Amino acid sequence: MRRAWGIAAGLVLACGLNLSLAAGREARPLAEDPALEARVMEIAEDLRCLVCQNETLAASHAGLAVDLRAQIRERLAAGEDRAQIIDFMVARYGDFILYRPPFQPNTWVLWVGPFVLLALALAIMARVIRQRREQGTGDEASFDEEAPS
Amino acid sequence: MKKQAWLPLLVFLVLVGFLAVGLRLDPRDLPSPLIDRPAPQFALPSVDAMDQVRDSGDLRGQVWLLNVWASWCVACRQEHGALMDFAAQESVPLYGLNYKDRHGDAVRWLRERGDPYVDSFFDGEGRVGIDFGVYGVPETFLIDREGRIRYKHAGPLTPELLRDTILPLIGALGA
Repeated sequence: MRRAWGIAAGLVLACGLNLSLAAGREARPLAEDPALEARVMEIAEDLRCLVCQNETLAASHAGLAVDLRAQIRERLAAGEDRAQIIDFMVARYGDFILYRPPFQPNTWVLWVGPFVLLALALAIMARVIRQRREQGTGDEASFDEEAPS
Repeated sequence: MKKQAWLPLLVFLVLVGFLAVGLRLDPRDLPSPLIDRPAPQFALPSVDAMDQVRDSGDLRGQVWLLNVWASWCVACRQEHGALMDFAAQESVPLYGLNYKDRHGDAVRWLRERGDPYVDSFFDGEGRVGIDFGVYGVPETFLIDREGRIRYKHAGPLTPELLRDTILPLIGALGA
């Protein structure tokens, strides 16, 4: 009798161990293939998580990010390349999913704007400095003229 | 000198203008690249009868609404009344895409709150959702006779949105 209990307990333990092993495997789906996982992450680095918009797909724990990483993984495993996968994402979620916005007419202001502002600021600064210098010499001259009296 | 005195004020006003526009933009409301494109084709089991696979191609030739919902989605509760009212008006068929839900929970939700849908497609893994570019639930798509997506709304529907935007669009599509 005691022996039967022992066997039963052993079985229960074994099942529990099995389950926990299975759960462990499910949490990290393709940990057996670190090379594939690295490529998934490399592509996910360049994509935006649409739920938590300031995170990349690689960094996010949102459900959608996990699903989209799974899509990348599947597509890589099916032999698609990086450009095809990026196209797949952009076709569904738009340019917004790209963490680096592309250089195209509606993003020209975004890319060029800061440099235009910088050039403008430098131009204003140069003008102000020139004016001050001119005014400065003028002031000195008038001061000199008045000084002798 | 007088001209230059206005410059800081001008810069300030331009800045105010940018910020005022920025305040009105909703960063959650992303433009969908699918507008005016053919809606993704899919075949999924019906929430009402899981052994029956329904094909979205069967809906060709009519204008219809696809509402992405889930029992775990809090904002879906908010829009449910508006959906029930819409269904009661019998303007165009309203279909549901039950997104990443558990089937039992979905059935219970429809039983408890009422079922505004002609039918709901069961997208347990969310794959069809990805094809539609779904990034948050609820989302609603208006699809025309040729099977193209003509309008998309992310977030809960309101009676005002249905009345002022969606119903006129449906009218314009000749349904």
